[in-house]
Amino acid sequence: MSLLEIDNLTVAVDRKNGKTVVRDISIHIEPGELVCLVGESGSGKSVSSLATMGLLPKGALKVTAGKILLDGENLLDLSPSELRDRRATRMSMIFQEPMTALNPVHKVGDQITEVLEAHTKLSNADKHAKVMDMLKQVGLPDIERVAGSYPHQLSGGQRQRIMIAMALILEPRLLIADEPTTALDVTTQKQILKLIKDLQREHGTAVLFITHDMGVVAEIADRVYVMNQGDLVEDGPVMEILATPKEDYTRKLLSSVPSLVPRPARASVSKKTALDVSDLNKFYGAGRFLAKGSATHAVQDVSFKVTAGRTLGIVGESGSGKSTVARCIMHLIEPTSGGIRVGGQQISGLSRRGLKPYRKKLQMVFQDPYRSLNPRLTIEESIIEGPVNYGTPKAQAKARAAELLDLVGMPEGSADRYPHMFSGGQRQRIAIARALAMEPELLVADEAVSALDVSVQAQVLNLLAEIQERTHVAILFITHDLRVAAQICDEVAVMQRGQVVEYGPTADVLGAPAHDYTRSLLTAAPGRDWDFPNFRPVAA
Amino acid sequence: MAETTQRAAFPIRTSFITEKVGIAPMIAAVVLLLIVLAAIFAPLIAPHDPIYQNPIMRLKPPSAEYPLGTDNYGRDLLSRVIWGARVSLLIGIGVTVMAVVVGLLIGLVSGYIRLADAIIMRVMDGLMAMPSVLLAIAIVSLIGASIWTVMAAITIPEIPRVVRLVRSIVLSAREEPYVEAAISLGTSMPRILWRHLMPNTFAPLTVQATYVCASAILTEAILSFLGAGVSTETPTWGNIMAEARVYFRLKPELIFWPGMALSLCILSINLLGDAARDILDPRMNKREA
Repeated sequence: MSLLEIDNLTVAVDRKNGKTVVRDISIHIEPGELVCLVGESGSGKSVSSLATMGLLPKGALKVTAGKILLDGENLLDLSPSELRDRRATRMSMIFQEPMTALNPVHKVGDQITEVLEAHTKLSNADKHAKVMDMLKQVGLPDIERVAGSYPHQLSGGQRQRIMIAMALILEPRLLIADEPTTALDVTTQKQILKLIKDLQREHGTAVLFITHDMGVVAEIADRVYVMNQGDLVEDGPVMEILATPKEDYTRKLLSSVPSLVPRPARASVSKKTALDVSDLNKFYGAGRFLAKGSATHAVQDVSFKVTAGRTLGIVGESGSGKSTVARCIMHLIEPTSGGIRVGGQQISGLSRRGLKPYRKKLQMVFQDPYRSLNPRLTIEESIIEGPVNYGTPKAQAKARAAELLDLVGMPEGSADRYPHMFSGGQRQRIAIARALAMEPELLVADEAVSALDVSVQAQVLNLLAEIQERTHVAILFITHDLRVAAQICDEVAVMQRGQVVEYGPTADVLGAPAHDYTRSLLTAAPGRDWDFPNFRPVAA
Repeated sequence: MAETTQRAAFPIRTSFITEKVGIAPMIAAVVLLLIVLAAIFAPLIAPHDPIYQNPIMRLKPPSAEYPLGTDNYGRDLLSRVIWGARVSLLIGIGVTVMAVVVGLLIGLVSGYIRLADAIIMRVMDGLMAMPSVLLAIAIVSLIGASIWTVMAAITIPEIPRVVRLVRSIVLSAREEPYVEAAISLGTSMPRILWRHLMPNTFAPLTVQATYVCASAILTEAILSFLGAGVSTETPTWGNIMAEARVYFRLKPELIFWPGMALSLCILSINLLGDAARDILDPRMNKREA
């Protein structure tokens, strides 16, 4: 008998004639199995898992048909208190963002003990011993100190380990993990994935692992379910899905995953230097009146050049200073020292007014397409704002906006609509159109595709490449994703703790890394042994 | 999440109001509407001249001719209460408009320009440290009492509350990527304030405005009652109560009716303010669900 059996589950918006968000899906998980539920945003993968835990938001979503059997017991028939008991003892869940799932005002050790208090009658000493044992099992160093820490004193990876400890301490038979590594850096992600896999083997816990990342699937799954817009598309053992996908959707999803193998080098189109950064330094928290402690040296002696028509990638993990570099170049923050030349003109140290003629030459595409467009302005108003600031007549700017919207592949009639009427990918296209309206020489893309689904991500990357070919704009592409960097960048600079540790043509840096840190980033990239677009292992 | 926030920015739909607002704010709206109509049409609906003195009819109990009785000068109490609504509402609305406009401007500047912020906020802290009634009395006694000086005197202590609200909204909104995008598009500072930052303040300001209005009406009544407000000949709720104070043991209804009108008016405005907050703040909506 399967441990978890979801039969023909249907979930709909809790209203009269509410929209169905999950249609008629059936999933089964055997004891000790690691099953991945993979899909893009809006596919219903999280909703299915929340329904299993009985955690659907009340009044917003409800199960309209189907059964969820855990050990043969239908969870949908249980009372809230019975369900609460099952949630701790037989199934438990870990979430994407461990900071919000932990209570910030209690020590983490106490929070784990609380789970034991609620569901067992152990003595205090036994409880303590059990908590310490669990903390050791999830691979935390210096467990006494960690147990006495508050969540904010721990790193993201440590917090996720605490969440896992809390979820597994009652030895549930089923662990549901909802994108548990999405918010973590690749090297941390690798450790957490290994931990989950190890614990699953040792304890025989079945795991339902929800993710959007095919790399993660290739890394850990035994079996895979693919979901798309509320429907179950395909399921099967992981190797079958990766090597011989039957459905078009699965093929499309897999071929959208950018390959880690760098693309062939492009011939340079121009000798003109678009951006020249030399010895850039940025301290945070320095020079402020009565500032305590020492300043953070966020960017240390960073130098690089971007030629027209080429793309330079800056890759690194969170806190490496890559975004700070971008913001210094855009003059959203003032660099502490160093030179920034745009088209040969030194722009660091210019006043707000002096900078205005050069602002036009640099434009930025931001990470979060939901926040980078003013929700109260129409698309057209957003796009013409820049040109109008520089004296273009309104009618001309509007005509240009229409052209640009067409160029970035937006449907006709989008100009008069508001940002919330568009999807994330479309909004990112609009943001690109807005940047292009200024006819910039340099486009700074700060994690511009990180918030997008893979298939949309591929489209936006193609769009950027197309635009670059047509306009010879230089692109500074900031990303944490080596796969994306391998596919779009001509050159790559790897940053670690504010310093550029390796800088060179993409094929060299990612093909034959010289620095240890680059190597560790590459080995940590999930699914590095699998060539997704070609449905086969990477040729050695 | 982002989408719910955006929808909350354009929330007004009629079905929405009947479905989600509930009964208390509806009653409040009706009561307030009656008071407003009474104030506007006071010359038509008041049965008597509110300042016409009729010494023979002093302190008479309610009758067909004087539905609420008469005061110590023989003036009709009902007419005086109806006319009193005019002053109260005029001051309430006037103070709200002035406090919101001035507070919004100062708040925007303070939220966006660091140097100005340091100075402005210390001034605001100073203003907030003084009890508003005391400050108003001081201003009125300095420049003399008329409806305009009273309005100004009540407005000044209200301004810091608006400034603080606007400033805090601007401080968080200026970190939004679309504001940074506007900076890199070369948009000038006043235009960023006007186009990208100010619209964020409208919803919370609407809510704050109702509280400012209620508080202004109350302060006006207190000033009148203390004799520091609009001149005593003008019928205001505070003035009526102040004059009737002496006759409280004899004729308590002389204080009861204007007091009742004042309380109902303020209660209605506050209830409407609460309803506005529930509609405009998406988090409150969710909590209820």
